[in-house]
Amino acid sequence: MATTDASMHDEIQAEASQGTVVNFGFWIYLMSDVIIFSMLFAGFVVLSTSYAGGPTGRELFELPGVFLETLALLFSSLTYGLVMISLRQGNKRRVQGWLLVTFLLGACFIGLELHEFLSLALEGHGPQRSGFLSAFFTLVGTHGTHVTFGLLWILVMVGQVAYKGLTPAVASRLTRLSLFWHFLDIVWIAVFSTVYLGGMYR
Amino acid sequence: MSHSPSPDAKGGSEATLGTYSVGFILAIVLTVIPFAIVGFGWLPRTGALIAVGVAAVIQILVHLYFFLHLDVSREHRANAMTGVFTALIMAILVGGTMWLFYNLHYRTMIMGG
Amino acid sequence: MLGRLSLDAIPYDNGIIMFAVALMAIVGVVAVGSTTYLGKWGYLYKEWLTSVDHKKIGIMYIILAFVFLLRGFVDALMMRAQQATAGPGHSGYLPPEHFAELFTGHGTMMILFVAMPLIIGIINIAVPPQIGARDVAFPFMNSISLWLTYAGGLLIMASLAVGQFSTAGWTGYAPFSEYPANPSTGVDYWIWALQISGIGTTLTGINFLVTILRERAPGMTLMRMPIFTWTALITMIMVVLAFPALTVALGMLTLDRLFDFHFFTGGMGGNQMMYINMFWIWGHPEVYIVILPAFGVFSEVTATFCNKRLFGYRTMVYATMVIALLSFTVWVHHFFTMGQGPLRNTVFAISTMVIGIPTGVKIYNWMATMFRGRIEFKQPMLWTLGFILLFTVGGMTGVMLAIPGIDYKVHNSEFLVAHFHNVLIPGTIFGMFAGYTYWFPKAFGFRLDEQWGRRAFWGWTIGFTVAFMPLYVLGAMGMPRRMVSYSNPAWTPWLWVAAFGALIVLYGIACQVVQLLVSIKNRDRLADLTGDPWGGRTLEWAMSSPPAEYNFAVIPTVHGIDAFMEMKEQGTAYQQPAEYSDIHMPKSTPAGLVIGAGAFVFGFGVIWWIWWLAILGGLTMLASVIWRACTDDVEFTIPAAEVKRVEDERFRKLALAGQRGDVIDTGSRGRMPFGGDMTGLHPG
Repeated sequence: MATTDASMHDEIQAEASQGTVVNFGFWIYLMSDVIIFSMLFAGFVVLSTSYAGGPTGRELFELPGVFLETLALLFSSLTYGLVMISLRQGNKRRVQGWLLVTFLLGACFIGLELHEFLSLALEGHGPQRSGFLSAFFTLVGTHGTHVTFGLLWILVMVGQVAYKGLTPAVASRLTRLSLFWHFLDIVWIAVFSTVYLGGMYR
Repeated sequence: MSHSPSPDAKGGSEATLGTYSVGFILAIVLTVIPFAIVGFGWLPRTGALIAVGVAAVIQILVHLYFFLHLDVSREHRANAMTGVFTALIMAILVGGTMWLFYNLHYRTMIMGG
Repeated sequence: MLGRLSLDAIPYDNGIIMFAVALMAIVGVVAVGSTTYLGKWGYLYKEWLTSVDHKKIGIMYIILAFVFLLRGFVDALMMRAQQATAGPGHSGYLPPEHFAELFTGHGTMMILFVAMPLIIGIINIAVPPQIGARDVAFPFMNSISLWLTYAGGLLIMASLAVGQFSTAGWTGYAPFSEYPANPSTGVDYWIWALQISGIGTTLTGINFLVTILRERAPGMTLMRMPIFTWTALITMIMVVLAFPALTVALGMLTLDRLFDFHFFTGGMGGNQMMYINMFWIWGHPEVYIVILPAFGVFSEVTATFCNKRLFGYRTMVYATMVIALLSFTVWVHHFFTMGQGPLRNTVFAISTMVIGIPTGVKIYNWMATMFRGRIEFKQPMLWTLGFILLFTVGGMTGVMLAIPGIDYKVHNSEFLVAHFHNVLIPGTIFGMFAGYTYWFPKAFGFRLDEQWGRRAFWGWTIGFTVAFMPLYVLGAMGMPRRMVSYSNPAWTPWLWVAAFGALIVLYGIACQVVQLLVSIKNRDRLADLTGDPWGGRTLEWAMSSPPAEYNFAVIPTVHGIDAFMEMKEQGTAYQQPAEYSDIHMPKSTPAGLVIGAGAFVFGFGVIWWIWWLAILGGLTMLASVIWRACTDDVEFTIPAAEVKRVEDERFRKLALAGQRGDVIDTGSRGRMPFGGDMTGLHPG
């Protein structure tokens, strides 16, 4: 079990704090992203019954698949928590291991989402079909795009941990990735509640 | 593991396996309940929508506290304050839009265009 | 291979546009040629294009703004000429399409590529030193913001030569901006110019928000910050929370146009009013984003040139906060006539009118600061006085428009055009000119010529009044905005007056160009050796002019409002420390420039459906970001000996200034460290 020396350890602890300038800056970026998603949600709600004679959410959505997606993201939040715990312990191999597990869970989520999108589009229920479906694909797809960039970021960090080890700079970046990843899980709560569960009653 | 995390001096919910596990279990429960209510039709429409909304809000708070470690401790105060202000603006913009368009639909009958 | 791009995209048949393109080409060739001839490419690249220094980035923002001010103003002149000559029985000299491009381009450029870069540029130059910082929190991100803004501006320039610009107005209302009604590339140019520069602005917002909250000098509590820094902070909070709404609105419009989505289309469930709603969710806060920093400049200028502490510092701060919050609650007043019920209109009308209260508080604060002050009528103060008089008129007509009953009558008319020019020109533009003349010596080390500055001021003030007061009358007479020709003979004389007013403004702008040239020529006579040319009160005047790369050799400690004035009064302003220490500064990097270039290529590719080019641009950006995200070594060290050399030089200059009697001592209790007793000496 590899451990770093004490002063390095303290520095890593300090960099992993959310209070540093750069992590605060990333938090502010997340706040601007909150407004992005707010606008997408507002757009979705305005168009949520604009079916243009096409299918409704109730006819299209399959809750078991959505439940699986939700579980994948939730478990990935837990495993990213384990990344941060391993980071504080200075355990490089565990950090890498949990990062990879998080990546796989995130990839499962994206796979399930792509499957849903493709099957909808192939049945002729693509985003061009109605205002409702445009808003649905855009809102859910924007979240999915964020997750995809998160996956790319995880891969970059796996590489950085491998080449640089757990330096303070790497610890700082892992903390920001943690904020990003947990933030996306929160957005997903709003998505499954508003779009899918709420959609069953429109 | 020669350096176990030191006892938390800042008063925040720092990352430990314990806090993550509690948050995770709460999140699972708060996910299963709304899915079950909707999937098995346990409640009528209004009741179900309220339950889904309440569960979502509680779960978001759970995530914020247990996963993002957001609280009112000194270290996180700036984050919490900016978060609250963003939530206020979000409420004004989304709420205002919905309030406006509900009325517009009602008056112009272009519902479901 | 080239998407929908072909040689037909170049508007050979339009003489006016080809003339402009030729002019642009000549300017470009002269710029490239002279840089090559002087062998300055290395200097340009090393010292400017790859720089992450906030002072240089600020200057580059302002250069961009002035280029677009000239272009946007030419558009204005052409529109005035068209409307003056397109009365009953005439059609003017412009075809309707070209006229529509002009009013679209004018609005887009003046808001996004003149007002915004001026504000961000001046904030870049003034805010870090005002809070005693050596740079912004994220210098590299600052460089990205700059080059994204340039990429957006370059797209607008490109639209002149290749294809055309949007004809849908600067607001781009759907469904006219949708593909079926507007299939040309014009709207796409407009979308991507706004989208790319808008993302750059959001990054600036994050950057300065964190800079101001986290990088202040020791002792500078929030309630000791200079008022310009306060307005910048609140503006940046608004940028972070408002610009994403524009991003989303434009993103949805893009999806509609490119992939046949139905957000804002007429049929298939799209909702056209949702576009207007989202656009103004950004657009109204944007109005205050461009006005609040101007209020900050006026506050600094008034305090400095009245030789008094600003009256009502706290109320000024609270008023700014209230304006910012209210600005998120009024967007519906841009579409009172949409069809919602009277309750909604009433609520948004009241919130709109309420904004007048904190704005009024500010006006009274400025007047109270002037009251019994020793007012020096230097250029920045002149712009401030012009602002107070003219802006109040604009504010009053704004309250009129806030009343839904009146708005139903005059919305979309020349009355509205007169109103928003009446707040934006005396407000934002005069404010930025005040800031430009006020901080110019700080950035370049010499003052701007007073004589030509006065001429510019009178040109703008009189020209503005003559150009826009007739538009109020025309609006009341029922003239709609954006008319390429019209049949009411009663409008023609007023439009001629307005056109004449535009010519007077042209005189003002010409004076500004001459002023810059004359000042460069006389830079030795106008030199600012002390770093404090106006008797300033805030920390940026404690630096030399132009400042050293690291701004402050020793970070100052702050004990109250007007930190520098206090230092001067206590005689500690010009004490040279016994020793210096090493200073760490951010390294220059080409990554920001590359990301900007990638954004331009990406935008151009998407506009013309050249997908491989778009992917290339996107990958360039992504690769640069990842490369940078893996770079740990981002700082370099200025050794203490080098700091000492620079500072010794500065103190030598200060001593020279003391002998020349240049040091302005406004605090009567002050003791100057150089040139003997200067109490009461006050060279005007």
